[in-house]
Amino acid sequence: MSDHLFVGKSVPRTIEADKVTGRAIYIDDMKRPGMLYGKILYSKYAHAKIKSIDTSKAEKLPGVRAVLTGYDIPDARVGFLKDQTVLKKDVVRQFRDEVAAVAAISPEIAEEACRLIEVEYEQLPGVFDPFEAMKEGAPLVHEVDARGRPTKSNILPLPWKFNAGDIEQGRKDSAFTVKDTVSTTWVNQCCMGTSGCIAEFDQNNNLTLYNQTNVIFGHVGRISEYFAQIGLKGKKIRIVNAIVGGSFGTKLDTDIYEFISIQLALKTRKPVKILFTREEEFKALPPRQPAIFDIEQGCDKEGNLTFRKVEAVLDNGAYTSWGATTPSVMLMPMSSLYRVPNVFFQATCVYTNNIYCQAMRGYGNPQATFAVETSMDTLAEAAGIDPLEFRMINRNHPGDETPMRLKITSCGFEECINAVKEKLNWSEKKGTKKGRGVGMASLIHVAGGARVTRSDGHGIMVKVNEFGQVDVIESGTDQGQGSPTVITQIVAEALGVRPEDISLTFGDTALALWDAGTHASRHTFMAGNAAIMACEKAKRQILDMAVEHMPKIIKGGFKRKKRKDPDFVEPDLDYGLIADPEDLDIRDRMIFAKKNPDHPHFRIPVSQILREGLLGSGESKVVVAEEFYDPPTEMLDREFKGNLSQTYAFGTSGVEVEVDEKTGEVKIVNLVAAHDVGKAMNPTLLLGQIYGAAYTGVGYGLTEEIKVVNGRVMNPGFRDYQMLTAMDVVPVEPVVVEPGDEDGPYGAKGVGEPGLVPTAPAIANAVYDAIGVRIKDLPITPEKVLAALKERGDVC
Amino acid sequence: MEKIEITLNINDNPYEVMIYPNDTLLDVLRDKLDLTGSKESCGEGVCGSCTVHMDGKPVRACLTLAMEAQGAKIKTVEGLANVDELSNLQQSFIDHGAVQCGFCTPGMLMSADALLRENPNPDEKAIRKALAGNICRCTGYAKIVQAVAHAAQPQDDCCDCKSKE
Repeated sequence: MSDHLFVGKSVPRTIEADKVTGRAIYIDDMKRPGMLYGKILYSKYAHAKIKSIDTSKAEKLPGVRAVLTGYDIPDARVGFLKDQTVLKKDVVRQFRDEVAAVAAISPEIAEEACRLIEVEYEQLPGVFDPFEAMKEGAPLVHEVDARGRPTKSNILPLPWKFNAGDIEQGRKDSAFTVKDTVSTTWVNQCCMGTSGCIAEFDQNNNLTLYNQTNVIFGHVGRISEYFAQIGLKGKKIRIVNAIVGGSFGTKLDTDIYEFISIQLALKTRKPVKILFTREEEFKALPPRQPAIFDIEQGCDKEGNLTFRKVEAVLDNGAYTSWGATTPSVMLMPMSSLYRVPNVFFQATCVYTNNIYCQAMRGYGNPQATFAVETSMDTLAEAAGIDPLEFRMINRNHPGDETPMRLKITSCGFEECINAVKEKLNWSEKKGTKKGRGVGMASLIHVAGGARVTRSDGHGIMVKVNEFGQVDVIESGTDQGQGSPTVITQIVAEALGVRPEDISLTFGDTALALWDAGTHASRHTFMAGNAAIMACEKAKRQILDMAVEHMPKIIKGGFKRKKRKDPDFVEPDLDYGLIADPEDLDIRDRMIFAKKNPDHPHFRIPVSQILREGLLGSGESKVVVAEEFYDPPTEMLDREFKGNLSQTYAFGTSGVEVEVDEKTGEVKIVNLVAAHDVGKAMNPTLLLGQIYGAAYTGVGYGLTEEIKVVNGRVMNPGFRDYQMLTAMDVVPVEPVVVEPGDEDGPYGAKGVGEPGLVPTAPAIANAVYDAIGVRIKDLPITPEKVLAALKERGDVC
Repeated sequence: MEKIEITLNINDNPYEVMIYPNDTLLDVLRDKLDLTGSKESCGEGVCGSCTVHMDGKPVRACLTLAMEAQGAKIKTVEGLANVDELSNLQQSFIDHGAVQCGFCTPGMLMSADALLRENPNPDEKAIRKALAGNICRCTGYAKIVQAVAHAAQPQDDCCDCKSKE
């Protein structure tokens, strides 16, 4: 495979020139003629009855075009469990409840109008802890469910329970067992571009939503469900993405502000833009799902895992978005990270009056892997086995089928562990203590799609014009990850043109074929496979033309030569070499005979054939090909088993830390991030994913936390939310393991999320190695380190 | 509040513009002059996405009143390239993969450009210090730091950017 011209090369991203010159148009920069600005009034309380709303003053403010409350619009229900309305009436259940919305000629006027809306509340008792919320007699967050039936408890009706093998037998087979309680908190995705959209209706109430989602067709589906409830059934919906200023999960669900912009646009008959402030981004956008795990594991004398039993409790907040579905991804590390024969996992999601949650890079995997990898370390210690050796004993192997029925194909797990061992100098550094220590953690993640909807397909269209320029209509999105550039490389390679010949259009439902979404680290794998298939078709169309036109063009050339030079003798060529499209190929813009690639006459620029074939005399043609790649995978069955991805990513993070026992500060001395990526399609972009994800993982491990007190976000800004800056030097050493994946495009697997997953537990394990205290509650702040040392009696 | 007319010199072009005295430079650049390259991400001077130059010094456009900018030479990301040709720094950002979602990029470039004008040979520490007020969520900063270092002192083997053939 070494003769690739573009695959495996660091081809620069096509969009970057626009991004470094300020030309790239984000949703922030978009304006539509006559556009109004929407603002939202949020609740004053975490739980209260709305006694009255008076919008009269707001309506009179010059420049205001519409004021809406829940009493003005249909009671349509939205969200994963249809447990909320777009604007709330009668009861508010969290501080971010949307009580009213304004459209005005400027954002400032809209904001001022929100301030003029008078809402009278009657406070209700709130519940802010999932364990309290599960107790009998706890205040009910929802008195009735989505169908209006009275509820009895705050526990969500979700069946997250997984059982494989026999836990009791596993216990019997164990020489060592450990139990840990491990917890993770809310963290914000912190996209630098805040959330926003523009809703615009035409005269016939068809909607165009300028947006930044990474699931464009999911958006259409959810909005059409909403339309069916508000009297717009059958109206057309088009999603058009702007350039996206980061996603990290925030753009997976259709959020309430999007439905509000739709309602304001309907009311005013004008395009309405809502753009979040940073404060709203923290207060009114669902962050990563927190979770508390009770994890128990055992192993036999040789260190082979015997069982894993985990019970998780998730603070769901007041409504459901994708946060409530994170257990479906938690299941993957719980059941399949390392070989473990007997597994039980149960997750209970509980309504509280806190903020509700959604997806963030890795979905539920970082939370669950923190639990599994903390337990792996404590169990290794109980068994008296080096933690690295313990993981090596239990690692997954190619060909394994896990208790969840995941079929492991390519698997560079062993190489990843070995890379950490070598690069960290593990054997020498482990266990030396004195404030310096090493730790490690690994991951498994989907890397060949994730069949979470019935189709996990991806459609792509390739058309070629008479100049040899290629338009690729791509159904994915680019939120900064760069996979569209990888798709460009793949098209260039597979079609035989150059990356600069290719224009990629993506993020527009009117143009694109269906796709399940640019999520689950699936874009390169899915779109890459679809692109190869589509390019094969398009190439065949071109080669059919070549068979027809090449001999004519060559002979025509000889005739012209002969006219100029009567002595010229036409060579006697074997035109049989170019008589069958199977015998021709295209590479680097040239069509050639496969049996004699350097033939002096049988090499013709592809653009010449295209001009002849598309515009020349005879039958007109187009070169266009579409393909839909839907992998041979399974949805999870009722027992939550099934091979939902065509391949899986593995990786290991090794961390060396220095802990200041006086201040409790943890400094990362070295972070080795070894990842099985199948094949590095674009090394620069790949490393960008690994560095970036590792850094976010370090933030998850050490600094980041949305502080929520009685339902209120206390640190809604970059000043108080501790993101890492350029001054926080984390020396990341990426190791790229390339076993090649037989089902991946040119051997590639997904890599967008994995880098984040094992980072925090590796840090926690390194802290333990350094100072002998184990922090089981993220983030590992200096306060927690000092408190743990104090408890051990080391600090006064 | 009454509007007033001011003249701003931006990227060597004069702009006459009616503003409110409390309009920020960022508001005027983005909303009145359609110079949308400068981004607003936090609006409170923490993230650096709105960084522009005033007389060569990096400032937060979201914390600078437009009135204060009168009489100064203002440079925004739109003024970094010479018509068709990208600056070394811009090209280096592309070559090193220092751009992902790109929302922080204009501010990063302006902070880095100001540094390189002041200190043509910064070491890594100086680069990181100059970028300390610019938040990026995508890259982990490593490639941004490499890009700035390379723009200052191009080297054939400075980093993995040269792995491309």
